[in-house]
Amino acid sequence: MSDPVEFVIRGGRIVDTDGERSGDVVVSDGRIVAVGPDLRADRVLDAGGCVVAPGFVDLHTHLRQPGKEEAETIETGSRAAALGGFTCVVAMPNTTPAIDSAAVVREVQHLAATALCEVVVSGAITVGRAGEALSPMAEMAQLGVRIFTDDGTGVQDDRLMRRAFEYASGLGVTLAQHCEVTSLSEGTCMHEGEWSARLGLPGQPSEAEELMVMRDIALARLTGGRIHFQHLSSAGSVAMVAAAKAGGLAVTAEATPHHFTLTDAACAGYDPVFKVHPPLRSSGDRDAVREGLRDGTIDAIATDHAPHPIHEKERPFDEAPPGMLGLEYALALAITELNLDVADLVALLSSRPAAIAGVGARHGGPIVEGAPANLVVFDPDATWTIDASGGASRSSNVPYVGRTVRGRVRHTVAGGEAVVIDGNAQR
Amino acid sequence: MANLLSIADLPRDDIESILDLTDHFAEVNRRPIPKVPALRGRTVVSLFYEDSTRTRLSFETAAKRLGADTMTFTVGSSSVKKGESLRDTIQTIDAFGVHAFVVRHKSSGVPHQVTRWTDAAVVNAGDGWHEHPTQALLDTYTIRERFGALDGRHIAIVGDINHSRVARSDVAAFTALGARVTLVGPPTFLPPSLVGWPVDVSFDLDEVIESLDVCYLLRIQQERIDEALIPSLREYTAGYGLTTRRAARLREDALIMHPGPMNRGVEIAPEVADEPRSVITQQVANGVAVRMAVLFRLLGSESQLESMEQR
Repeated sequence: MSDPVEFVIRGGRIVDTDGERSGDVVVSDGRIVAVGPDLRADRVLDAGGCVVAPGFVDLHTHLRQPGKEEAETIETGSRAAALGGFTCVVAMPNTTPAIDSAAVVREVQHLAATALCEVVVSGAITVGRAGEALSPMAEMAQLGVRIFTDDGTGVQDDRLMRRAFEYASGLGVTLAQHCEVTSLSEGTCMHEGEWSARLGLPGQPSEAEELMVMRDIALARLTGGRIHFQHLSSAGSVAMVAAAKAGGLAVTAEATPHHFTLTDAACAGYDPVFKVHPPLRSSGDRDAVREGLRDGTIDAIATDHAPHPIHEKERPFDEAPPGMLGLEYALALAITELNLDVADLVALLSSRPAAIAGVGARHGGPIVEGAPANLVVFDPDATWTIDASGGASRSSNVPYVGRTVRGRVRHTVAGGEAVVIDGNAQR
Repeated sequence: MANLLSIADLPRDDIESILDLTDHFAEVNRRPIPKVPALRGRTVVSLFYEDSTRTRLSFETAAKRLGADTMTFTVGSSSVKKGESLRDTIQTIDAFGVHAFVVRHKSSGVPHQVTRWTDAAVVNAGDGWHEHPTQALLDTYTIRERFGALDGRHIAIVGDINHSRVARSDVAAFTALGARVTLVGPPTFLPPSLVGWPVDVSFDLDEVIESLDVCYLLRIQQERIDEALIPSLREYTAGYGLTTRRAARLREDALIMHPGPMNRGVEIAPEVADEPRSVITQQVANGVAVRMAVLFRLLGSESQLESMEQR
């Protein structure tokens, strides 16, 4: 994937875990070969007015391949990722078939070889994500799988989840949970509250998520295991994660751009583009998620990029599939909605998710000579209006159409290759 | 008014003007030949994704009495069974050149979605648990017919409020016209939030029954027992059914209402359904006139109305 041509990223402000400084960055043969003032190379990527940061890492991407190629492919999804500044995405295992064996892991890894960014494959905790039997985690771990999740659903059975915690600790891998108690959420299509009552739509209470967060914190305590909470959506969940961290448990969490931007009021027009799991919740929940991101309770911004073809999103609200696009909007929404220092923003999008995904050796690290060249260059002040096209994704289920946002990716360098230049994907 | 999707969208003036218009059509319906050419050349499509005999026939009768052409689309005999999407169905029918869609669907919000795919008027004939606007208009008309106005009247809506589109529309219509509404039922039948609902709540029908001007009963469905919302129909009837004993405590001039179809012996005792205070069949009769008014408001012109009055 490396580009034979040497190039320099010139005139930017470097922001990474080492702090902030101005300087140029020369990339050659997949690595950063020089960092400093007034550097030269054959080719120049202008970074004037921009931040140069380690490339973003998305802990939560649905690439839909294999099985749902009409919604997204690894090629189109990784292009959207690159345009969003991501140099690494964790592909969720709820494909068809599910990624629950070495054979499927190998297939996805093979398909990902030509992607525009690194695609890290996650594996299912249970066979077929059916919640009944542990998947062969060891054979998947041998192929490099570091995150296991039944995403799309949570592991309902307490005893099975306990065993998963214990088994995973032996492999040194991380479990990630989509927290949702199905007996409280089955048949629902939005958050239960003022809006569901008014709209006459079946809702799920925040407690459907919180009960599983609570259980998994208890199991983390019992087993000493590690747990990563996916797409936290409720104030109660954020508070429990904060308490668990204060108690010294190995707990991490992510939140999505849609949960820190939108609320259940968005469902008022019955447009299924606003349907997502976990659902958009109250403004109090949204504010708690924002605060959790600001105070470090929530470790990472993860997109839960979930493409669906238009015709699927034109079904009745209760029948339409849940999910919305995120890869190309995450940076801008974070800048626009969260009011963070650039260093904190970069930590939430890059270094901290890289550590959780187990890719810290290649992504999220400081921009220094000799480091792998996974970089993003973004203009934090560029203003633009989100359109309905869906960008590079094969789908266009965008819940932010018409919203004017601040912050845009100019260049993305993945594995030493300039995959995005001046906001255009290069392949 | 381009569509009728929900009562919650309608200000008091709009509701009252539809009710006033209903008076005209009620008069038409009393004529030997209850028909006017007010919507001649217009085509009204009934699009029913959920079984409904009374609402569909009521709308079709209304359209025919206004001289409109009608088409009926029922899911059982249509291409929907072959997997056609809602959007494709709407756009196909729209291509025939129709003027109004009357839509019934089991999913809340479908009439809203339909408006995105057609310029024809859309009338919500009941969507999921959301709204059933013409039912609320005919209920309101029936109460107004008896009492002159709703202002200050006390109306209890008794039963499974949360799963009821009738309840949502009735609350909006009754309160918009100044009535005081009390929702009555076990807590499991109430919506998960009442923020923005200008209503009182009671878990005890016996406590409110003597103060009522209208006792409005909702149909109780067997499936609510399967969902553990109530232990049994027997227990529901004991607590919330309008039994003969409870009906005896209802005021002499109070009204007993029900949107139909009734479960006699469950939410309403058979004798109570048939007693003089019950206006259940009057509701059905008024349904045609109300739907004529709604279709006319959406598709007709005021000049036609004037010529109709001069006859």
